[in-house]
Amino acid sequence: MRIALFITCFNDTMFPGTGRAVTTLLERLGHTVEFPTGQTCCGQLHFNTGYRPEPLPMVRRFAETFAGYDAVVAPSGSCVGMVRDHHRVVAAQYGDAALAEAVEQVVPTVYELSELLVDVLGVTDVGAHFPHRVTYHPTCHSLRMLRVGDRPLRLLRAVKGIDLVELPDAESCCGFGGTFALKNSDVSNAMLADKMRHVQDTGAEFLCAGDNSCLTHIGGGLSRLRTGVGTMHLAEILAATEGDVR
Amino acid sequence: MSGADNVVWLGTPAFPEAARTALADPQLRANLRRATATIRDRRLAVAAELEDWEELRETAATIKRHTLRHLDHHLLRLEKAVTAAGGVVHWAADAAEANRIVTCLVKATGESEVVKVKSMATQEIGLNEALADAGIRAYETDLAELIVQLGGDRPSHILVPAIHRNRSEIREIFRREMGEWGAPAPEGLTTEPRDLAEAARLHLREKFLRAKVAVSGANFATADTGTVVVVESEGNGRMCLTLPETLITVMGIEKVLPSFADLDVFLQLLPRSSTGERMNPYTSLWTGITDGDGPRNFHLVLLDNGRTATLADEVGRQALACIRCSACLNVCPVYERTGGHAYGSVYPGPIGAVLTPQLVGVENAASLPFASTLCGACYDACPVKINIPEVLVHLRAEAVEAERRDRLLPTSEAIVMKAAAAVLNSPRRLAAVQRLAAFGSRLVARDGRIGALPGPFARWSATRDTPVPARESLRAWWLRTRTPTNGDSRTTAEGKGRR
Repeated sequence: MRIALFITCFNDTMFPGTGRAVTTLLERLGHTVEFPTGQTCCGQLHFNTGYRPEPLPMVRRFAETFAGYDAVVAPSGSCVGMVRDHHRVVAAQYGDAALAEAVEQVVPTVYELSELLVDVLGVTDVGAHFPHRVTYHPTCHSLRMLRVGDRPLRLLRAVKGIDLVELPDAESCCGFGGTFALKNSDVSNAMLADKMRHVQDTGAEFLCAGDNSCLTHIGGGLSRLRTGVGTMHLAEILAATEGDVR
Repeated sequence: MSGADNVVWLGTPAFPEAARTALADPQLRANLRRATATIRDRRLAVAAELEDWEELRETAATIKRHTLRHLDHHLLRLEKAVTAAGGVVHWAADAAEANRIVTCLVKATGESEVVKVKSMATQEIGLNEALADAGIRAYETDLAELIVQLGGDRPSHILVPAIHRNRSEIREIFRREMGEWGAPAPEGLTTEPRDLAEAARLHLREKFLRAKVAVSGANFATADTGTVVVVESEGNGRMCLTLPETLITVMGIEKVLPSFADLDVFLQLLPRSSTGERMNPYTSLWTGITDGDGPRNFHLVLLDNGRTATLADEVGRQALACIRCSACLNVCPVYERTGGHAYGSVYPGPIGAVLTPQLVGVENAASLPFASTLCGACYDACPVKINIPEVLVHLRAEAVEAERRDRLLPTSEAIVMKAAAAVLNSPRRLAAVQRLAAFGSRLVARDGRIGALPGPFARWSATRDTPVPARESLRAWWLRTRTPTNGDSRTTAEGKGRR
């Protein structure tokens, strides 16, 4: 299958390792991965902060750049949520009929990583090996916008050597929320403190999630407290094979 | 006093500052966590009992959507039915008009005190204060409202207005204040719930038996029969609705339902969503007046106070479907940590964050649409399927647009957003910024982490380390290692996805 990687601007800049992991993983499964270089951002930052017309060029760029692939994959639940739920809204409100049509064409081909693997490619055992204790945080947008359900957990359970432990109160928000963490930093910190306590209670070596933005927030707190708990994107665990050092 | 002044408590700081105060109170946070967790679990359990729960939600949402679309029609039907049953209907465009109507009605009876059954609409318009200005004393009879009133406090929750108080705080309030308002608290009052309830019962009993006028809210009113409905847990409301000679109900215009049969849906959804009960203990319904039974005079005040304006907003109007169950508050991680007072409004929590700015104008409550992480738990919990995250984002845009209109110079945030958009609209500029960020951040990083950050990020970095932007972006890596065309590369990914 010819799959386009939408890496998202945040991953591109901060966590290219996640994009490399997605590529490794999908190629290992026998698919062709392409990186359309015209891509930039899904527009979520602006849209969710109330800057409504600003994402229009990004929506247009996305629809043009990712047209015509068998599938588009992004290792970010919240960016896929933005594309799936809001690109139509922006196109309808500020764009033209041609853009609305282009958005309609591309949106159904866009998947979050666990959706692509389980629903489209039909695999849950991706041949990964990761002999560590891991706990999984279902990020809000994956959980409630995309409804990925237990797909990430099914993928993780199939990883060889993994000791997957349940995160208490997993479904409550970590307190990141994009600009929320800046605008309402005190509430964000209070939510983060609870999330970190739950993560530490599991005794996990790694906290895993499908969104590096949430992981940056939680991981940043875990690092500041010198907890020794690391964070890893789902893609990186799924890409790991025997012989990898970690 | 205008409606805006009451829906939003004047002098309340913006949400982030008000939240800071709440967060600094460990007792408040403990009270809130315990209470919301208990109700949350109960709600999930009783909702799961009904096989057709999702269908009920869908039906309720459909009824509400339909009703709001033809609100004028249903209100006129309601007026006709109430009048035919011997009631009198009054229309109030705003808080001032509603207060004037109620004050005149009470004065006409010659009484100087009224008993009240919990009503958010009268909280919204500041009725108690308006009555006090006219020399009329209003006694709250709902137990939680009584605690709030005696404590000189504001409600903190839609359903459990005194959620922020624990038992020993309540005992202190009773001991200190009850004598000021009527029967004093009994000697040796303990913190046992039974004792506290008995003290409230004795205190309220004398008021019920004396009262000639009552003021109530309404959970629903059915247009075909002119029936008004109040649901409650303690029976104090029923005392107000049956004992006095005159009953005045103040009701937001959005509470009307087309038909009596619709109650079937909402009386299943409301108690399960709010208290986690299969059925609320007291459901009182009355239709106008009945000879020899209940009040001799019934007045229904239909309150607009910003609702028609809200109705005009295609996205925002869904907030008017709210049945005030408070399920969204109990699942909201932000509310759980701040309580209701931080929202500076009669309507707190996620629903307050979308309802209040619409009722008072978004420029008067601009911090509220941002008081959410958009986690979506509220949308999942809402029994009438109000898409609260959608309305929040919609109102954020309204707030930003209002700011753009009203200011001569753009805010620093607007400047940053404009610059970010310029970068994100061009892969070339994005790549340039990535190189710059990778270089610059390495100068301040230690052990691959960044500690303190300047400006708007200072609060972020106070509690979190920030990872250093990658030395080589994914884009740069791809161009370096793969055919630098628009895709179509066949080489294998080199290096493992690691950081």
